Amino acid sequence: MEPLSWFEIITRVLWQFIPVWIALIAVFVVSIRYKRRLGLYGKLFDSTIGMIGFALVMFWVFTGIFGAMDLIVTHDALSQVSGMKNEPPGTPLMRAEDGQYPYYLFGGDNLARDVFSRMIKGAWVVVQIAPLATIFAFMVGITLGLPAGFYGGRLDTFLSFLANLILAFPVILLFYLLVTPEIVATGIPNYMAVVLFIFPIVFIAVLLNSRYRTQPRIRTPLLIGVLGILGWLYLSLISESGSKVSVIPDFLDLFNVPGGILVVFVSVVFVNSPTVFRIVRGLALDIKTRDYVAAAQTRGEGAWYIMLWEILPNARGPLIVDLCLRIGYTTILLGTLGFFGLGLPPESPDWGTTINDGRRLLQIYLHPALVPALSLLSMVLGLNLLADGLREETLRD
Amino acid sequence: MGLFILRRAGVMLITALCLTFIVFFLANLYPNLEKLAKTQGNFRMSEEEVATWLGNRGYTQPLFVKYGEWLGVVPGAVIEGTDGQIRGRCIRDGMTPQEAPDYCGILQGDWGTSTVFQDNVGGIISTRLGLTGKLMFWVMVLMVPSALLLGVLAGMREGSRTDRTLSTVAITTTATPEYVSGVILIAVFASSAVGLKWFKGTATSAMENATFENFFLPVLTISLYGMGYIARMTRASMAEVMTAQYIRTARLKGVSFPNIVVKHALRNALIAPFTVIMLQFPWLLNGVVIVETLFNYKGFGWTLVAAASNNDIELLLGVSVVSVFVVLVTQLISDIGYVYLNPRISVS
Repeated sequence: MEPLSWFEIITRVLWQFIPVWIALIAVFVVSIRYKRRLGLYGKLFDSTIGMIGFALVMFWVFTGIFGAMDLIVTHDALSQVSGMKNEPPGTPLMRAEDGQYPYYLFGGDNLARDVFSRMIKGAWVVVQIAPLATIFAFMVGITLGLPAGFYGGRLDTFLSFLANLILAFPVILLFYLLVTPEIVATGIPNYMAVVLFIFPIVFIAVLLNSRYRTQPRIRTPLLIGVLGILGWLYLSLISESGSKVSVIPDFLDLFNVPGGILVVFVSVVFVNSPTVFRIVRGLALDIKTRDYVAAAQTRGEGAWYIMLWEILPNARGPLIVDLCLRIGYTTILLGTLGFFGLGLPPESPDWGTTINDGRRLLQIYLHPALVPALSLLSMVLGLNLLADGLREETLRD
Repeated sequence: MGLFILRRAGVMLITALCLTFIVFFLANLYPNLEKLAKTQGNFRMSEEEVATWLGNRGYTQPLFVKYGEWLGVVPGAVIEGTDGQIRGRCIRDGMTPQEAPDYCGILQGDWGTSTVFQDNVGGIISTRLGLTGKLMFWVMVLMVPSALLLGVLAGMREGSRTDRTLSTVAITTTATPEYVSGVILIAVFASSAVGLKWFKGTATSAMENATFENFFLPVLTISLYGMGYIARMTRASMAEVMTAQYIRTARLKGVSFPNIVVKHALRNALIAPFTVIMLQFPWLLNGVVIVETLFNYKGFGWTLVAAASNNDIELLLGVSVVSVFVVLVTQLISDIGYVYLNPRISVS
């Protein structure tokens, strides 16, 4: 068979992405039709920049999800096909079996794996970790930043000192210290997970408690239910049989986070939360002088009620914008980890690892490194544009 | 002002102590020491051999004692090994135990010995820092003026087409981490596949003899990432200044637009970017590590990676002391500079 021309490659790639296009069009049609009723999300569709950013982000989100369902990928991301080593984009397979996709659309990498499929699978790694890790970092930052800004004093001094301490570390040094197999063997990342992952539970418990404190009839069953489920999730998340932290028996353990991922997750949360803390603290310092906070204090509301139900909702604009930017930054951090070969297994298809693999032969073969590099670029660009669009729209009202 | 600087210096000192202790603690965890013993001794050592190897070299002392020795407040240990040889922290090659000084730590100016490079840590760090300093100098020369120009041009007429285009450029560069832009730049300008070959894909030769050909790509790669951020800050601050009353007054007086921008707006618009530029240093440090690895330029960042991946404890500590120092000093300078540039703020 002849190698594909560039035009054929592009057509075939676009064809492979059909499920993504359908999902994207569906989301856009529905969102634009009902945009007046969708609040801030709907307003996003008034700004071109925001829409472009949203489209880029959702493209990768759908690609990741459908890729995980094996819809878009043409080959297995790990299997090697003989004779395909470093072949240029559009090369046909030497002996294609029945039902096997006959081309490597974006060529093969130095281990004769399909670059296109690895790109798609890599998107799933990012889509899985980056948003979740960022949200965790936000929960940690908010739970600590609100009281620091609201109470001030010793607590503020102490927490700010801790935050500055972590921020003064060069990120890469921190990664090298935390994400090596030797440190993993000591169980330090597991203990850090134990500490860091408790913050979301504390956050939600305080959030609900401060709201329904005056109505014990609703509060007690609600808290028991929510905390029960969250506690179970928490225990399943942190406990891993065979590691240092193994608190609950296996039959109660809902899921096991695959090796390396937990460490990566923890270190990314750890690096991000001090910055979130500083932002939240600054916002709390500013907002606590407002009249509605004084009004709530006069009404006799508790301190946590004021923090979580008066200050936090009024700080949402800058926080949502920062969330988008920070997901982008987390994506960059994940790439950095992969680039230095830390944490994720070496055969992992995530973009940082593939860039690192591909860069060694960059002088001769471009595609194995260039494809994941451009993917990462477009995803982070999308998040930044989205943040920009959101910022414009939140400033407007 | 004096008190302010003094207090900040105190906080800096405590921060540096805490951070080095954390690094020290993590680098001295037993699995890390075991790895060190196996890479330095031989890979097939048994558990007991590892333990005696570490014991003979003083690695099994209590953590605080070791930290004190490194700082130079506890006398360096002298250990008679199980093999009969006397080793001590302060006993260098060709020294008898009697000649060696009691204390040898940071406070005495002794940074210890690197186990990877078999050399004095102080010497390694100063040569590497010199190389990175060269890189950073050119990064600053390229990054700061172009970022300010970009920001001022975009911010002087907010919402215009120039603004839209330049802002998109700025956003794109901030969305491109160094390992992505570096790969793209090498692919386009240095690879034989595209065939332009204007620049070199490695900067190893730039360590002795930096030319435009072998040094431009690493400099550009680091600059791009920081440039977008500074440009956006400058744009925001410029756009804010341009809506101020005194700019309107100047316009109504009939001052020409270029004159307004250069004489009235620029100085006020540059206050915010100044702090941002100073706070960029820690980020640049990150970029330096990535770019030096990518372009194989053996500077400070490259040393950090080498030290960390080989668990070279004393080199790692030296590297972290320097980088923490850089971060904290730039924070201090940015605070002081902010007060100096903006007379409306006072520290007292």
